[in-house]
Amino acid sequence: MEKRAIFSSKTLPYLLLLPQLAITFIFFYWPASQAIWQSFLLEDAFGLSSEFVGFENYRTLFEQPEYYRAMVTTAVFSTAVAILSLSCALLLASQADKQLRFGQGYKTLLIWPYAVAPAIAGVLWIFMFHPTLGMVSRPIKTMGIDWNPMLNANHAMILLVFAATWKQISYNFLFFLAGLQAIPKSVIEAAAIDGAGPLRRFWTIVFPLLSPTTFFLIVVTVVYVFFETFGTIDAVTGGGPAGQTTTLVYKVYSDGRLGGDLGSSAAQSVILMLIVIGLTAIQFRYVERKVQY
Amino acid sequence: MVENRPYAKFLAYLVLTIGVIIVAFPVYLAVIASTNDSATISNGNMSLLPGDQAGVNYYRTLFQGTARTSGEAVGSMMVNSFIMAMGIAFGKILISILSAFAVVYFNFPFRKTAFWIIFITLMLPVEVRIYPTYKIVADLGMLDTYTGLILPLIASATGTLLFRQFFMTVPDELLEASKIDGAGAFRFFKDTLIPLSITTIAALFVIQFIYGWNQYLWPLLITTKSSMQTVVIGIKKMLTTQDVLTEWQIAMTTAVLAMLPPVLVVIFMQRLFVKGLVETEK
Amino acid sequence: MAGVTLDTVRKIYAGNVEAVKGVSLDIEDGSFCVLVGPSGCGKSTLLRMIAGLETISGGTVKIGDRIVNQIEPADRDIAMVFQNYALYPHMSVYDNMAYGLRNRGTPKDEIEKRVKEAARILAIESFLARKPRQLSGGQRQRVAMGRAIVRKPQVFLFDEPLSNLDAKLRVQMRVEIKRLQKALGVTSIYVTHDQVEAMTLSDKLVVMSGGQIEQVGSPADVYRRPETRFVATFIGSPPMNILPGTVEGPGRVSVGGQSIAVTDMREGLSAGTPVEVGLRPEDVQAGSAGVSALTMDVDFVEELGATQLFHGKVAGAEFVVQASTGQIPADTRRLTLAIDPANVHLFDPQTTKRLGRV
Repeated sequence: MEKRAIFSSKTLPYLLLLPQLAITFIFFYWPASQAIWQSFLLEDAFGLSSEFVGFENYRTLFEQPEYYRAMVTTAVFSTAVAILSLSCALLLASQADKQLRFGQGYKTLLIWPYAVAPAIAGVLWIFMFHPTLGMVSRPIKTMGIDWNPMLNANHAMILLVFAATWKQISYNFLFFLAGLQAIPKSVIEAAAIDGAGPLRRFWTIVFPLLSPTTFFLIVVTVVYVFFETFGTIDAVTGGGPAGQTTTLVYKVYSDGRLGGDLGSSAAQSVILMLIVIGLTAIQFRYVERKVQY
Repeated sequence: MVENRPYAKFLAYLVLTIGVIIVAFPVYLAVIASTNDSATISNGNMSLLPGDQAGVNYYRTLFQGTARTSGEAVGSMMVNSFIMAMGIAFGKILISILSAFAVVYFNFPFRKTAFWIIFITLMLPVEVRIYPTYKIVADLGMLDTYTGLILPLIASATGTLLFRQFFMTVPDELLEASKIDGAGAFRFFKDTLIPLSITTIAALFVIQFIYGWNQYLWPLLITTKSSMQTVVIGIKKMLTTQDVLTEWQIAMTTAVLAMLPPVLVVIFMQRLFVKGLVETEK
Repeated sequence: MAGVTLDTVRKIYAGNVEAVKGVSLDIEDGSFCVLVGPSGCGKSTLLRMIAGLETISGGTVKIGDRIVNQIEPADRDIAMVFQNYALYPHMSVYDNMAYGLRNRGTPKDEIEKRVKEAARILAIESFLARKPRQLSGGQRQRVAMGRAIVRKPQVFLFDEPLSNLDAKLRVQMRVEIKRLQKALGVTSIYVTHDQVEAMTLSDKLVVMSGGQIEQVGSPADVYRRPETRFVATFIGSPPMNILPGTVEGPGRVSVGGQSIAVTDMREGLSAGTPVEVGLRPEDVQAGSAGVSALTMDVDFVEELGATQLFHGKVAGAEFVVQASTGQIPADTRRLTLAIDPANVHLFDPQTTKRLGRV
């Protein structure tokens, strides 16, 4: 895709690109290459000198049980949020797609949590589920469950999943609704004439036709859980109890800050980069496939 | 409507109403908490109806702050957040509209390369390069400055891709016509392209304002002085989970205040918000 | 098989917009009924009410002996071909056709038999494994037809099924639909805004306007004896010329001072009554003077190949004459038109109804 009509100038395009490219190089490429370089270096205990150690940092990383735990935590966290937020969003979107009197009002009331910062979302949920003063904790405790997300890792994870899902539903809802509205009404009508009841229509026609949207939202939600929930985790659990809600991104942060192990932190960053590249590649393959429909 | 079963519509209203209640409940509780005093909340005696402490809480939060945040008032944190959000939104729009203009409307030797250099930044979110970026900002002496908060976050591929995509839909004939009318690159950009891009600019602004306001990790790293704190960072410092002395009424008042600007933007600029969200994800 | 009976069927949308204003119609078993009219005349709404896709605000719809107002589309025993075909994009051609049968629990081998049979009739056997997006417009149209045929319904409903095809394919598919309907003998209701489709396909032609039926009849009847001015100008191409005139006496009207004879004229019209005089462009003979004649000032000539259209004015009103090429010299400035009294249509300027013999 190129324009037929263009300007010809030797210097102007470079001047126009300069601000963006300068910032990109200083704050993206330089630090990223630093991260890659550092991941092959080992600093001495005082941070005075460093030596090239090849893949040593990666090797030690993969020997750490904490790193595997962070992987599992990240996997569990993203799977739970993806399943929960996608299914809630699909349920709400399929209802909002019906021609309702207050359809637009409902839409507005469902999408605003997108604007709430992940950290704030965490604060709201910890307030509800606080072990001593939380309004929702009280009924849970009367049921005989010793609810305490500060001490119990499972409780902490459940709370994180709720807070992260709560914020992501609005986004998924919006895209599912757009996906549903893009399905031609006549196809649904044809299915009705073909004798399919509402549920059967949903599972044999609507859901398959939504699958590109669903796939896209899975990727977006996983990316969200990987990176943007940092604020939620920091506000709700700080990675605890005992590091059991530390995700891969949170570990990069806490290892570098508290432990000061920059080599290991850099190696983790590089692995995350590879994961992002993988996810982006998947997303773009989807975009190409979508074009065919 | 294919079937006109009344229960189908009833079910829709029911499901949506429950959904709205679940979505709104955490925020409702925060609003209620912001109208109660500390003791009521700490005892777990808070009711679902507003208390009478709203005036005190909001006044104290906005203008005095708590000891936890070194006495920093939330009002000044919100000013910091606002400056950061506006800086990021405007900065991103400015540099990305210029680079998209270069990539789409000029032919020069490194055009493809330039595009790919920008494009690849999609795969380098700040989270994967935190410490090296921190070090560069520190070396440049930009810790605890607005420049340090804003500048590293304004370069990203999303804006450039969005404008590039929009420019590609602008008919070639428009440029041909303005060339015949004697307009150069600058005039075409100012008189034709910018006016046509207004909705796209506004949509990107809405998304980027929310993005900037809600930043967490970056300001957490590079602000050490409490006077530079943003409100999203400030609230986290108000609660230490182990501490029974957390002033919940102030924390929740802060939460309400911190949510207000971006939520209002979404509600009142819903059309632009939806457009921005859908188009930046293509 | 079954006929379809409509009794004062109404559709009122929210905001009191009446899209269909009490339509009654009897469609005999096995006949091909075409609803034709300009967009917004209510023809599609009427069809969708018969299908069960729109609720019926008033009156009754009967398929066979059964009132179907409250019956789901699936249970009305109908099949529908949509304007955009509405094929299921994620299913193969085979699955598209089998879907309705599977939903009804038809045995597998019976499904296969019927799909294969339909595919053979429609010559789409080689596409059965393909997805709709891999087919051309005409092929998609055939699949949509196939999906209707396999169901062996009581009634076929067609909602402008040919309007997305190019002109050549449209003619070809039109012929095929007609042939197929004759072979299967299934009652069919077909909605279109194209009067050529309407004329060629129908056994029973229903002309609609403003949510009401203007005229029902065989295509020949409707063409020969339009009941309203609307029908007269809607059916036929180029449209019928309408001239202002006045009654002179029994069987005679005056147009711009020239007197012409009329065969089909209501009795008892007093002299001086204003009327509208309708003449089809193909019904007037140029040149030879006959029983009655009109003069026309020619402005320009349109060449259509086999025929020519002479545009000009008669008695101050726009007038078009269609003539075989060569019959009239193209540089003619003034024409004398011979009018056959049998071809003159009279309409009441107020009610727009035909002023023919009762």
